[in-house]
Amino acid sequence: MSPILEVSGLSKRFGKVVTAEDLAFSVEQGSAMGIVGPNGAGKSTLLSLITGVLPADAGTIVYDGQDITRLSAGARSEAGIARTFQIPRPFVDMTVFENAYVGAAFGGDSHGQAGYDTAAEALEITGLLHLADVPAGQLRLLDRKRLELARALATGPKLILLDEIAGGLTEKELPPLIEMIKGLHESGVTVIWIEHIVHALLEVVDQLMCLAFGKVLAIGDPHEVMRSPEVIEVYLGSTFDLGGAAS
Amino acid sequence: MSTPTETHAHATVTSHAKVKRSTRSSWAGLGIAVPVVLFMAAAPYIIDRGFQQQLVTLFSLVVLATMWNLLAGYGGMVSVGQQAYIGIGAYGLVYLADTLGLDPFLAVPLSVIIAGLLSIPISFLAFRLVGGYFAIGTWVIAEVVKQITMQVDALGAGIGLSLTSLNELSPGRRIAYVYWLSLAAVVIAVAVTYFLMRSRLGLGFTAIRDDQVAASSLGVRVTHSKRFVFVVSAMGCALAGGMIAANTLRITPDSIYSVNFSAFMIFMVIIGGIGTIEGPIVGAIVFFALQEWLSDLGTWYLIIIGVLAIVITLFLPRGLWGLISGNGRIRLFPVGYRLVNPIERFGRHPD
Repeated sequence: MSPILEVSGLSKRFGKVVTAEDLAFSVEQGSAMGIVGPNGAGKSTLLSLITGVLPADAGTIVYDGQDITRLSAGARSEAGIARTFQIPRPFVDMTVFENAYVGAAFGGDSHGQAGYDTAAEALEITGLLHLADVPAGQLRLLDRKRLELARALATGPKLILLDEIAGGLTEKELPPLIEMIKGLHESGVTVIWIEHIVHALLEVVDQLMCLAFGKVLAIGDPHEVMRSPEVIEVYLGSTFDLGGAAS
Repeated sequence: MSTPTETHAHATVTSHAKVKRSTRSSWAGLGIAVPVVLFMAAAPYIIDRGFQQQLVTLFSLVVLATMWNLLAGYGGMVSVGQQAYIGIGAYGLVYLADTLGLDPFLAVPLSVIIAGLLSIPISFLAFRLVGGYFAIGTWVIAEVVKQITMQVDALGAGIGLSLTSLNELSPGRRIAYVYWLSLAAVVIAVAVTYFLMRSRLGLGFTAIRDDQVAASSLGVRVTHSKRFVFVVSAMGCALAGGMIAANTLRITPDSIYSVNFSAFMIFMVIIGGIGTIEGPIVGAIVFFALQEWLSDLGTWYLIIIGVLAIVITLFLPRGLWGLISGNGRIRLFPVGYRLVNPIERFGRHPD
């Protein structure tokens, strides 16, 4: 297996606040990596740097053998990098189907009938097909999260970045979402998933990275990372839910 | 209920997503629009010159509203400086026709192209600003264009210019030609907007309007798309400028670069219904009618217009067209995508 993503020396600061400092890691093609870390660790910043929403101050991002550090967000999407947003950002005045079709027509570069099929398929996978003609602004939170995923899927991604997609959902709503992400991973898409709900994460990922203060604190086998003293230390004082998955 | 063979046949037949883009009302819309345009084209043989000139004013308002809607309603760019291109279009026509001796009906498309070319470097300047800063920035740029015009003696400096080359035609012919040119301009502006919004580019514009960051992460080239809309809108406003100059035959920097144009454009689009093709047309007609009926009232006219704008923004956020169309149920110019067979296609109802 070859790495689909290689990050080296990646740095980003906002004034004096360092949100990424000399980050280096790689993600194997077809694998699933989880990212945990306390609030303000730089998790979402890292996603924005990989997707190109934020420019990096220093370092390189190599995706699929190509240096993408200077590419625009649109170009990275076309190259096969997709993301979901922590707080869903639907196109509120467009229908659910149109939302997905934007992903197919631009990121997926397939328009007309092929694009319609891709969009409808993404809605089918995420269980939104029956809401296809509903304006996205009328969706409830779970469906907005599903739509984030559907749009990302419609771009035909090789690498998908999930930013706290399980956040804010009830325990009952979690299993179908986890199944969806598992299915995605099994279909060959590389997954990078930021999540606070660690037991959900551990059901899917085969590698875990813990970030704190913009630095990689630990990376490797998910259970080992969760047991490492450094990781326990940054979480000290917070109730830490490993659920049943850790035992 | 169904045998396996039937299910299989069903799956093959409907394995493609069926998407419908036109609606019954859109065909009715076409059925109305074509006779209306044909009837309007015959107007110079029926109505007097004064009325034709008034209609040219209406047509220029429709073009302006359509262009501002394209910019703000679809591109998400609230400009208060489109008068820059109205002025460029008007001055371009008079300069190219009177000073350089070009055919006036060739000078109009030429000045539209010039305005489009000028808007490209301007966009690089304006796009450094966002939101309210963008609005003010475009206004400042329009003032700069006005000041530059006033420095050029060949453009009449601060006094302005009169369009004389149309005087070779008899007044009846001149007014009729300008009328037809303006009618064609309306058809072009609306048709360009419609086909643009139905295209893949238009889908991207709509996505940008709703959420720029999400659009860019789905592969929409946000800056390129916005620049494209900005240039098209500049060209449309220049076309309206040419129509105004050809109609009034006299332009001054203060009138043609007036920020009032921007206020009117915003008013028409807001009261008509932003983000629809029909709305700005309705808004332009209402604004024109109000102008005709109330302009004798002086200041009261402005007060009534202002109150109307406030009331409509508060109670009809989708504008008058939103009211007429039952919040978008009727679409004369549909640009969306409706999935016709969500349930049949997969034969089950998820959830």
